[in-house]
Amino acid sequence: MKDSRKTEQLEIIKKVLNYIGKYKFFLIASVILAAVSVILTLYIPILTGEAVDYVIGPANVDFAGVFDVLKTMAVVIALTAIVQWLMNACNNKIAYQVVRDVREDAFRKIEILPLKYIDGHDHGDIIGRVIADVDQFSEGLLMGFTQFFTGVVTIIGTLIFMLTINVPTTLVVVVLTPVSFFVAGFIAKRIMGMTRLQAQTRGEQTALINEMIANEQVVQAFGQEVKVQERFDEVNNRLEKASVNAIFFSSLTNPCTRFVNSLVYAAVGVIGAFLAISGRISVGQLSSFLSYANQYTKPFNEISGVVTELQNAIICAGRIFALIEEEPQIPDAEDAKILENPSGNIEMEKVYFSYTDEQKLIENFNLKVEPGQRVAIVGPTGCGKTTIINLLMRFYDVKSGKIQVDGTDIRELTRESLRTGYGMVLQETWLKAGTIKDNIVMGKPDATMEEVVAAAKASHAHSFIKRLPNGYDTVISEDGGSLSQGQKQLLCITRVMLCLPPMLILDEATSSIDTRTEIRIQKAFATMMEGRTSFIVAHRLSTIREADIILVMKDGNIIEQGNHEELLAQNGFYANMYLSQFTAS
Amino acid sequence: MKSLLKYLKDYKKETILAPLFKMLEASFELFVPLVMAAIIDAGISNGDKGYILKMGAVLIALAVIGLTCAITAQYYSAKAAVGFATKLRHALFAHIQSLSYTELDTMGTGTLITRMTSDVNQVQSGVNLTLRLLLRSPFIVFGAMVMAFTVDVKAAFIFVVTIPLLSIVVFGIMLVSIPLYKKVQQALDKVLSRTRENLTGARVIRAFSMEEEETQQFTKANNHLLDVQVFVGKISAAMNPLTYVIINGALVVLLWTGAIRVDAGIITQGAVVALVNYMSQILVELIKLANLIIQITKALACAKRIEAVFEVTNSMELCEKTAPVQESNDDAIVFEHVGLTYQGAGDESLSDIDFGIKKGQTLGIIGGTGSGKTSVVNLIPRFYDATKGKVLIHGRDVRDYQLQELRELIGIVPQKAVLFKGTIRENLLWGNENATQEDMERALEASQAKEFVDAKEGRLEYKITQGGKNLSGGQRQRLTIARALVRNPKILILDDSASALDFATDAKLRTAIKNLSEDMTVVIVSQRAASIQHADEIIVLEDGEMAGIGTHDTLLADNEIYQEIFYSQFPKEGAK
Repeated sequence: MKDSRKTEQLEIIKKVLNYIGKYKFFLIASVILAAVSVILTLYIPILTGEAVDYVIGPANVDFAGVFDVLKTMAVVIALTAIVQWLMNACNNKIAYQVVRDVREDAFRKIEILPLKYIDGHDHGDIIGRVIADVDQFSEGLLMGFTQFFTGVVTIIGTLIFMLTINVPTTLVVVVLTPVSFFVAGFIAKRIMGMTRLQAQTRGEQTALINEMIANEQVVQAFGQEVKVQERFDEVNNRLEKASVNAIFFSSLTNPCTRFVNSLVYAAVGVIGAFLAISGRISVGQLSSFLSYANQYTKPFNEISGVVTELQNAIICAGRIFALIEEEPQIPDAEDAKILENPSGNIEMEKVYFSYTDEQKLIENFNLKVEPGQRVAIVGPTGCGKTTIINLLMRFYDVKSGKIQVDGTDIRELTRESLRTGYGMVLQETWLKAGTIKDNIVMGKPDATMEEVVAAAKASHAHSFIKRLPNGYDTVISEDGGSLSQGQKQLLCITRVMLCLPPMLILDEATSSIDTRTEIRIQKAFATMMEGRTSFIVAHRLSTIREADIILVMKDGNIIEQGNHEELLAQNGFYANMYLSQFTAS
Repeated sequence: MKSLLKYLKDYKKETILAPLFKMLEASFELFVPLVMAAIIDAGISNGDKGYILKMGAVLIALAVIGLTCAITAQYYSAKAAVGFATKLRHALFAHIQSLSYTELDTMGTGTLITRMTSDVNQVQSGVNLTLRLLLRSPFIVFGAMVMAFTVDVKAAFIFVVTIPLLSIVVFGIMLVSIPLYKKVQQALDKVLSRTRENLTGARVIRAFSMEEEETQQFTKANNHLLDVQVFVGKISAAMNPLTYVIINGALVVLLWTGAIRVDAGIITQGAVVALVNYMSQILVELIKLANLIIQITKALACAKRIEAVFEVTNSMELCEKTAPVQESNDDAIVFEHVGLTYQGAGDESLSDIDFGIKKGQTLGIIGGTGSGKTSVVNLIPRFYDATKGKVLIHGRDVRDYQLQELRELIGIVPQKAVLFKGTIRENLLWGNENATQEDMERALEASQAKEFVDAKEGRLEYKITQGGKNLSGGQRQRLTIARALVRNPKILILDDSASALDFATDAKLRTAIKNLSEDMTVVIVSQRAASIQHADEIIVLEDGEMAGIGTHDTLLADNEIYQEIFYSQFPKEGAK
């Protein structure tokens, strides 16, 4: 199992490298610059040591020597600064461009994902992947990588420099330093349980806060404030205990590794001093050693942190790649036909469909709709009326059987031409952030202002749009902002009215629209349906009775089919439902 | 932040000890270069191995003391910070619960949730960091400078110049880049909202074949983000090289000055090494300090947002005393010329609402969206206070009740069917803690929920997931009705709560409720004429005003709006 996880991680890293590969130049530059910068940085202590050695005592200073060393130092410092800046610039360039590319790919995938995926996944989670995960992975991976790389170069460079000065002292440093690494690892392992407990308890508390605060009105209506507070405090106190433990113990790493460093420092100081007495090294070299002792241990302390960061980054990368690699909808066939000016003849033949394999929904369904006919879809809420819409618009594909428009299987048509053939107004209105006009011209971006106004007048939306602060140029937010539900629906109707395709899918409002607006919507619907094949998810009796075909749905199945009189005569579910509206009164 | 400090009150000891021990640790760290200088000057030049060993032992002793101090400091600061956050969360949650609907509306629950979770966490780590590091870093920076003065006054002046210069660079870059990071955030928000739009609007976008245009817009936003990020990156990338140049430049000057001073016999070789060490300590601490200040700025911003929540208080005047119950009155609900203006709204949402119904009667309220139906019923349990006139329940002004006492009389079924995570039984108990099995069964039956509850595994023990996602809309509605019924309320309010039910179930529900209790007053709010037409009294609302009141028959005879609504729903009836 561990192996499979490893290969999985390798896979992810390979994919990441693919993205970075586009910026090979920057990557190679960055690696070279990093190596140069580390070596230059390490050179400074040696130079400092040399300078110190020229400064032996009163009237015993080799000024020419010191000056030469300092001149070299100045050059090295200037070079290092330039190299560092370039390296940072390269890293930023790689990181941000990779982020841009990954997001672009993710977004393109979202546009072609089957709706089944979008319906079935939490949008917050998908957004989290595209935004937070991408950020974290680029930061973690690139920063982690550079840190790791410079760390390794520092360790090797320091080792070589130290060895050139003095072997025994080097051995002291080499043997003692990894101790801090083990200490850090030991602590990390010990506290894993504590951090997990903290995260769990915090998650529990967040869930409780979400639920209660979001529904505070209900909490107060039922006078449950005290009870809820008790529940909250119980979790809160548990969180306190878990947090103190997790935070305290994890904050031990830093002082402990620093302690090990101090020990190394002391050892180098003492042994170096002994060697200096016997003349094996100079005082300047001892001072270089002391700086190295510090620098050599630093990457060891950081590496443990880098490893967790890298692992985190890989997990994030895995999540975003999972989205990018998600199976897209079946693309349009190469030879897909373009549906032109359809007459609106729709035929469903032996259609089988279900969202999941376990729950069968539509079975062996047949329907023939002549151009200009009206089909009403009725049934209790949640009976799956949207399923029909999903199939007609080819948001979902049928399991077997076929749906034909003007005699052509819709799978042999381009999605674009099929969908342009339909005008759709759903009850769950969706508006995009932008102006009112932007929202209306969605189906016909090149529409003139006259056409827009004409469409708005036809759909009875003009009067309220006119009264908005900036008329057609009023900017609305994604959820429509201050517009009422009815106004939003009128806008959606205007959108369809502007292009008026030959086939319509309409969703009648249930309860959230006031009567006046509803009458307007009714009128607009009537104008649109004139001479067009239309499917209406219907709630009002008048619409139902005037339909040519009524589809009665229950629990996702189409259980009855026919016109009003036929269905009443059947005396089945429809008849029962119809009568209950009157007997109830 | 100031007003939040009181939650740190119980941790006075920890708050003082944590930074104290941290500073203690730092001062021991500052001795290290001096000890090293002694080793070089006294030990090496005299060849005194015993002295060197002694000094080595001193170094180890310093390290041990440092470790002990550090651990103690970490413990106290963790305890103080976590304790502080726990108290803060408790107080914040209690405060939010004490707010009335008016305040909850204006602030929005989404904001409140963020305040309670991520903001409090940020403040917690801010407190932790501040206690540990805010004093330590400046202490080391200035301590190193002071120590340099003890080594050699003239050489120490290099420190006096270098430290301000470094501070200017580090904090200057921070000052420039912080507002730029806000721009990055804005650009990122654009990318985020485009993504969200394309998820929520997937159907419409595809129906209009807008995928290509949407992708173009996304690419534009995405590239804009890249540009801003690269620009900001260039500036902050300058931080490291610049500090590097300054500190090492100072080192060069220091070595040169040192050389002159040593040559003149004023200081020793070891002293030069000590000065070099102090210089590098300063660099490390200044960079830590810069990071720390970024963290603390963030934490302070969060603290401000939390304070803002505490500053909002319940605008209702609450009644403390319990007035004697007057059972003699048979008025259930009376509105006397009631007007309601929501906070921040210009106009009245309700004006001159005036009616009364007797105990045991049914009141129907009908009208379009935004006509004020929910506003009327929200005044009954005093979710809001009327801004004009008064509301009387059982003959007493709602403002003369204790809130708890008033709300116990009422069972309300809100428009949005909200259930909580837990079993069906636990949800029903919200209505009435002492409800018996029998009470619950009766409520389920009346609310037409029995049938589907019977089909659930474990019946009443069936676990409802967060938000009731494992139930259908209609099922949720029926359970919220059952929850209100379990309360055995004197007044039952159904606020458009049958919208997800089909007509037949809706009708059965109304009959069952009527049969449940003789003297229960029922208020039904609906858009469906069928739901209210049998009420004893029907109020027709339009734009927050009463456009009519009466029974179905009288209204149908002479109320234009009622006719319009009714005939739009029962057209053929009208033709008869």
